[in-house]
Amino acid sequence: MKSMISIVLAVLMVLAMAGCAERGAAAPAVTAAAPDAAPAAEKYTGTVSTDGSTSMEKVIGALGESFMAANDGVTFTYNPTGSGSGIKAVLEGRCDIGLSSRALKAEEEAQGLVGTTLAIDGIAVIVNPANTVEDLDVETIAKIYTGEITGWSEVGGNGGEIVLIGREAGSGTRGGFEEITETVDKCQYRQELTSTGDVITAVAQNPGAIGYASLASVKDTVKALKVAGVAPSEETVKDGTYLIQRPFVLVTREGTELAPAAQAFFGYVTSAEANEVIAAAGVVPVN
Amino acid sequence: MKKKSNLFETLVHGIFLILGLVTIGCVLLITVYLVVSGIPAIREIGLVRFLFGSKWASTAAQPQYGILPFILTSIYGTAGAVFLGVPVGVLTAVYLAKLAPPKIKSAMGQAVSMLAGIPSVVYGLVGMMVLVPGLRRVFCIPDGASLLAAIIVLAVMILPAIIKMSVTALEAVPKEYEDGSLALGATPEETYFRVSLPAAKSGIAASVVLGVGRAIGEAMAVMMVAGNAPNMPDSLFQSVRFLTTAVASEMSYSSGLQRQALFSIALVLYLFIMLVNGILNLFLKGEKAE
Amino acid sequence: MISNRRKLFLWTVRGGMWLATAITGALALFLMGYVLFRGVPNITWELLSTSPSYLSGRIGILPDILNTVYIIIAALVVVIPLGVGAAVYLTEYASNKRLVGVIEYAAEALSGIPSIIYGLVGMLVFSNNMGTSLLAGALTLVIMNLPTVMRNTQESLKTVPQSYREGAFGLGAGKWRVIRTVVLPGCVDGVVTGCILSVGRILGESAALLFTAGFAHAANGFWEGLRSAGATLTVALYVYAKEQGEFGAAFAIAAILMVLAFAINMAAGMVTNKFQRSKK
Repeated sequence: MKSMISIVLAVLMVLAMAGCAERGAAAPAVTAAAPDAAPAAEKYTGTVSTDGSTSMEKVIGALGESFMAANDGVTFTYNPTGSGSGIKAVLEGRCDIGLSSRALKAEEEAQGLVGTTLAIDGIAVIVNPANTVEDLDVETIAKIYTGEITGWSEVGGNGGEIVLIGREAGSGTRGGFEEITETVDKCQYRQELTSTGDVITAVAQNPGAIGYASLASVKDTVKALKVAGVAPSEETVKDGTYLIQRPFVLVTREGTELAPAAQAFFGYVTSAEANEVIAAAGVVPVN
Repeated sequence: MKKKSNLFETLVHGIFLILGLVTIGCVLLITVYLVVSGIPAIREIGLVRFLFGSKWASTAAQPQYGILPFILTSIYGTAGAVFLGVPVGVLTAVYLAKLAPPKIKSAMGQAVSMLAGIPSVVYGLVGMMVLVPGLRRVFCIPDGASLLAAIIVLAVMILPAIIKMSVTALEAVPKEYEDGSLALGATPEETYFRVSLPAAKSGIAASVVLGVGRAIGEAMAVMMVAGNAPNMPDSLFQSVRFLTTAVASEMSYSSGLQRQALFSIALVLYLFIMLVNGILNLFLKGEKAE
Repeated sequence: MISNRRKLFLWTVRGGMWLATAITGALALFLMGYVLFRGVPNITWELLSTSPSYLSGRIGILPDILNTVYIIIAALVVVIPLGVGAAVYLTEYASNKRLVGVIEYAAEALSGIPSIIYGLVGMLVFSNNMGTSLLAGALTLVIMNLPTVMRNTQESLKTVPQSYREGAFGLGAGKWRVIRTVVLPGCVDGVVTGCILSVGRILGESAALLFTAGFAHAANGFWEGLRSAGATLTVALYVYAKEQGEFGAAFAIAAILMVLAFAINMAAGMVTNKFQRSKK
C-alpha cells in the first residue's frame, strides 16, 4: 500500500516536472492592440516582465501596450500581485521591474533596491453623488474613519449613518490612505473590499457610503470630495496642494543590469515621451 | 510466448492499479499540503489564541490572528441558509415527488437543474446588484452587504441539491407503505408527510448535510455580498467574513505570518468539511442499510 | 368525515408545498430573466471578437473564451484516462474489498472539498512550481473532476453484462484484450456523461482558478496559452464585476454562461436517454 502511494506521488511529480519544463515566462501578458503612440525608434526583442501593485494596472498596462505596439518583437507581461509581492519578486529576480504604489522603505533600500518614481497618484475620497457634502479636511476624514464621527449631519450632510468602505489589509491604497490620515490600524471599516473598482461600486450603490480609491480609476458614478478645499486633479496632485497622494514607483535592483528590452522599456516610461500615455491613464507623470 | 503475455498482463494490471490509487494520492496530497502549510502559523500564534481569539488584524503593527469571528460567521451563515433553504427544499421535493402533475414536475425539474448549473459568481453578481441594495431599502439599514445577504444567497444555492436528493429519497419509498396508509383512510397529504417523509428521513438528512457542506465551502458568491469586514457576527445586518472569504480576500497580498495564518484558516475549513463529509457518509450508509 | 384538525393540517401542508414550489420556480425564472435581460443587450460582436485594450478602454472577451476552451481541453485530456482507468481498476481488477472501499471513500471526499481549498492547494502544488498558468489551473481542475468521471464510468461499467466478459474470456482472450474490446466500448456513455458534467463544473469554476490560473486577458495560441496566466469566462466575470465595476461585460458573460449551463443540462439528459434506450 505505502509503496503504491509513493509510486503515485512519483507519477504526479513527473507530471508536474513536465509542466515545469514547458513553462516560459508565466505571467499575464497584455496584448498589443492599438497601433497609435509609437515610442522608440530602435527595435527590441525579448520579454519585459513586471510584477506588483494592482493600483498601477491601468497605467502600466497602457504603457506596456504602447511599448509593444512600437516593438513587435517584445512581449510585455504584468502580474498584478500587490506592491509587497512585486518588491519581493525583484529582490528574488523573478521579474525585471517591480511595481510599488508606495515609496520603498529604508530596509528595502538597504537590501539593494532602487525606486524610481514613475508618477504620482491622488487617493480620492469618494462619496455617493446624492451626498451633499463637498469638502472635508484631513482631520475630519480621520475622525470619520476612526468612528468618532458617525453621522453625515455632523459634517454638514443630509443625515443618515456614515458607511465606511475601505480596502483589505495589505492593499497599497489602504496603506497610503491610513498613513496620510494617521489612522493606521484604527479604521472602523464596515466593508473591506479587495479592489479599487469594488470600492467605487459599493459607494455608487449606497447614499451613505464613503470610500477611497485611486484617482485614476474614479468614475462619474461617484463624487470625489475636496480635501481641505482642494479638488483632486492632475494639477493639485502635482503641486502637492491635494494632500492625499502617493507615488507609483518602479523598483529595480542596484548594480544589476536590465536586459536590453527591459532597459528600453524603463527608458521609455521614464522619459517625457510616455507622459501622454501616463496622463491618459489618470495619474500625474513626474519626468 | 505465454510468459511474455503474462508479463504484459501484470504490467497492465499495475498501470490500472496506479490509476486507481490516484484518487487516494490526491486526497493525501491535499491533506499533507494543508497540514504542512497550516501548522506553522498555529504553532506560532498558539492554538487557543488562534481559534478563540476574537480579533483579526493581520497587518496591524501588533498583528492579531483570532479567527473566532470567521468560525462563528461560517456556522451562523450555514445554519441560517439551512433554516431558510431546507423547509422550502423539502416541501418542494414532496410536492414534486408525490403530488405534482407530470407537466409541472418536468418543468420544475428543468428549473431545479438550471439553478444547480448557475455558476456561483453569477449568484454573487445578482446578489450584489439586486439583493444588497434591496436589503438596505427594505430594512432601512445603512448598508445591505451583510450576514443576512450571504444567508439568503447561500439558501438559494443549496436549494437544488436539497430538492434533487430529497426527491430521489422520496421516490425510493416503497409504494406498499403509502398504499397501506391510504387504504386506512388517510388523505394523500397525510400519507406523504406522516409516512413517506419519515421513511425517507435518512436520504433527506443526507441532502441537508450535503447542503451544509456546500454552504460552508462556498467562497465567491459570499465574498460578493457579505461586506467582508472581520466583525463578530453579532447581528444579521453586520458586515462579516466567512472562513472561505477570509482565505480568498487576503491571499493575493499576504506575506509572512499573515500568509501562513491564511493557510491555517484553510486547514480549519478543511477539518470542518471532513467532519461534514463523515456525517454525510454515515447517513448515506444508513440509507443503504435500510 | 374529516375533523377540523385534520383539515387544518391538510391545508397548511398543501399551502406550504405550493408556496415552496412557487418560490423555487420563481427564483429560477427571476434569475434567468434578470441575467438575460441585463446581459443580452451587452453581447456584441466586438465584445466577443476582441481583446481588451487599456489604451482605448475597450473590453473584449475573446481571450477569456479561448482560455476557457484551452483549459477544458487540457483538463479533459488528463482526467479522462485517470478517471476511466480508476473505474476500470475498481470494477475489473480490484479484489480487495477494503481497498475498493478506501478508493471510493477518497473519491467521495474529493467531491466534497470546496473549490477554494482546491485553489489553495493547486497554488501550492502547481502554480508555485510552474508559475501561475492555465496548465496549473487545468491540473487543479483534474483533481476536482476526477470523482465525477470515475463515478460515471463506474456506473456504466456495471451495466456491461457479465456474460459478455465471460464470453470473451471463453474465446481465450487475455484480460487486457477483454477490457479493450468489450469493457471499454461499453462505458462510452458513462465517459461522455462524466465529461459533460465536468465541462459544466469547469465552466462555473472560479475560486479554484483565481490563484492557480490567474486573471490575465491575453489571446494566445493553445500551447502558449497553457503556459501563460489567463482568465476563463467565469473568472473574467468575477474580475469585471468585482474588481473593475464593468457590469455590462459582467452581465454579458453571465448570460453566456447561463445559456451554456442550460445547454449542458440538456446535453447530459440527452446522452443519458440515448444510451439507456440503446442498451435496452
